[in-house]
Amino acid sequence: MSYSKPNFNEKYGNFINGQFVDPIDGEYFDNPSPIDGSLIAKYPRSKKEDVDNAVAAANEAKESWGNTSVTERAALLNKVADIIEANLEEFALVETCDNGKAIRETLNADVPLAVDHWRYFAAVIRAEEGSATELDANTLSMNIKEPLGVIGQIIPWNFPLLMLSWKLPPALAAGNCVVLKPAEQTPSSATLLMEKIADVFPPGVINVIHGFGPEAGKPLASSSGIDKVAFTGETTTGQLIMQYASKNLNPVTMELGGKSPNIFFNSVMDEDDAFLDKAIEGAVLFAFNQGEVCTCPSRILVQEDIYDKFMERVIARTKAIVQDNPYDSNTMMGAQASKDQQEKILSYINIGKEEGAKVLAGGDACSLSGELANGNYVQPTILEGHNKMRVFQEEIFGPVVCVTKFKDEAEALEIANDTLYGLGAGVWTRDAHQLYQIPRAIKAGRVWVNCYHAYPAHAPFGGYKKSGFGRENHLMMLNYYRQNKNMLISYDKNKLGFF
Amino acid sequence: MEVQRVDITDKAISLVKQLQDKHGELIFHQSGGCCDGSAPMIFEKDDMYLDDSDVLLGQIAGVNFYMNRDQYEYWKHTFLTIDITEGRGSSFSLEIPLGFRFIVHSRLMSDEESAILNG
Repeated sequence: MSYSKPNFNEKYGNFINGQFVDPIDGEYFDNPSPIDGSLIAKYPRSKKEDVDNAVAAANEAKESWGNTSVTERAALLNKVADIIEANLEEFALVETCDNGKAIRETLNADVPLAVDHWRYFAAVIRAEEGSATELDANTLSMNIKEPLGVIGQIIPWNFPLLMLSWKLPPALAAGNCVVLKPAEQTPSSATLLMEKIADVFPPGVINVIHGFGPEAGKPLASSSGIDKVAFTGETTTGQLIMQYASKNLNPVTMELGGKSPNIFFNSVMDEDDAFLDKAIEGAVLFAFNQGEVCTCPSRILVQEDIYDKFMERVIARTKAIVQDNPYDSNTMMGAQASKDQQEKILSYINIGKEEGAKVLAGGDACSLSGELANGNYVQPTILEGHNKMRVFQEEIFGPVVCVTKFKDEAEALEIANDTLYGLGAGVWTRDAHQLYQIPRAIKAGRVWVNCYHAYPAHAPFGGYKKSGFGRENHLMMLNYYRQNKNMLISYDKNKLGFF
Repeated sequence: MEVQRVDITDKAISLVKQLQDKHGELIFHQSGGCCDGSAPMIFEKDDMYLDDSDVLLGQIAGVNFYMNRDQYEYWKHTFLTIDITEGRGSSFSLEIPLGFRFIVHSRLMSDEESAILNG
């Protein structure tokens, strides 16, 4: 089945205090589609004054929203989930148009998962309780969870609606108001969502500001009117946001990417069965979302005695990837999200070759014909080399995987952990001991065991090392958006006796 | 012979000059990680806190180019050329509103360059 580019207005506004408003100085930027380079729409090029208005609206709303019952908050979160679900195809099309990813992914992964995150936080906020402990016969310690207030959220362009749905529902469920800034490459699905849910929440509870990092992102991250910043992105901006937050003594959550190892032990080839087939797909998942995933399994580590046979299957499966019009449901891999992203990826493939990596598949841009000639396409690429090469150490954020071999468990772990990052990892084996011991020895926040790229709402996600800190998803996420009020209550009628 | 680790193209120099006129003294910092990472970013000189964990690779167009020391260990055998490309990142780098991104092109250093710079 083939879809086509959805319709858009000529321009859109920021969503502040329950209404779409023009940017104060009237400036907009053009947002092109990475599929064919055509214009989608104009979005506000917001400045500090626009951000300040959004922060003020959120502060105005926070007292009342923070005191709303969890029953009511949960009902509203569920309403959002229902609205996204009822318009699933429209959201999927807008997301594909704006980001460039294949429609089969937006229809089956991005949008349904987004729906589930709203429902999950609607559910857990009602199931959760505080605590009360009797410290002695007359003293009760009671812990009540209170919202932080106003949260600034800066989200990336690789899964625009899904990343919004990772960040907004827990913050809202916990009783906070939010000022959210989508990435300037992908402002469309956040805008569509605000159109659809404009009346669901009281004005000021959700505010969405568009614009560029230095002009709108920085004023948001450094605003003294917010109580926390949650950021997904890269390390330098992460460091800057932490600096700005330190001036306000604000907490931050950072998700900053990775260089995730995907380890295949020799037992995966003991049988030629469904599991081996799954493992080979697991290796090829580097191409999922054009490789634009923080946890992209971008380093394949294969035990040496199965290396040739295993890689032969991986290469064949990679070469079978259908790369064509992202609106066509047969297409497996779409466009990179922006021109500069495409150029960066090609530059990395080049330095990989210079460093002596061997190209086992792909290795260049992908030229598509007709209108797609202006899109940003890169062939799924496999580079063979060693772990000290830059392509093994740096996040390329494209459909490029680097493969190397290892001798035994010790060497597998040495290579896996020889990275600045620690976000994700994959371990594939039929050995029951390895299933537990290898994941425990890998320094990463999420280790997929005999699977990869699953992101259920009720499994916590986050990084070790330079991949950041804090967790997303799972009910533990709620505490990243709350403070703890401890009430220490005495039922003793007698004085201390000091004075 | 004077050997450097980092150079800049003429197109990139003119973009740096535009930014210097608007913002004054600048620095480059090479980012790592996801999304817009693995790209050089440019900031006002005092915007970013730098210390011993940052290595100064050199000066291009009057702008110091820094990189985190951990990252530098993996990069030091490569020669970098800073260029620009059309596009739009979502970082705080100052060139983004102009519709360009700085980008780094790399090549392996020759044995001679490496012997002088890396010992």
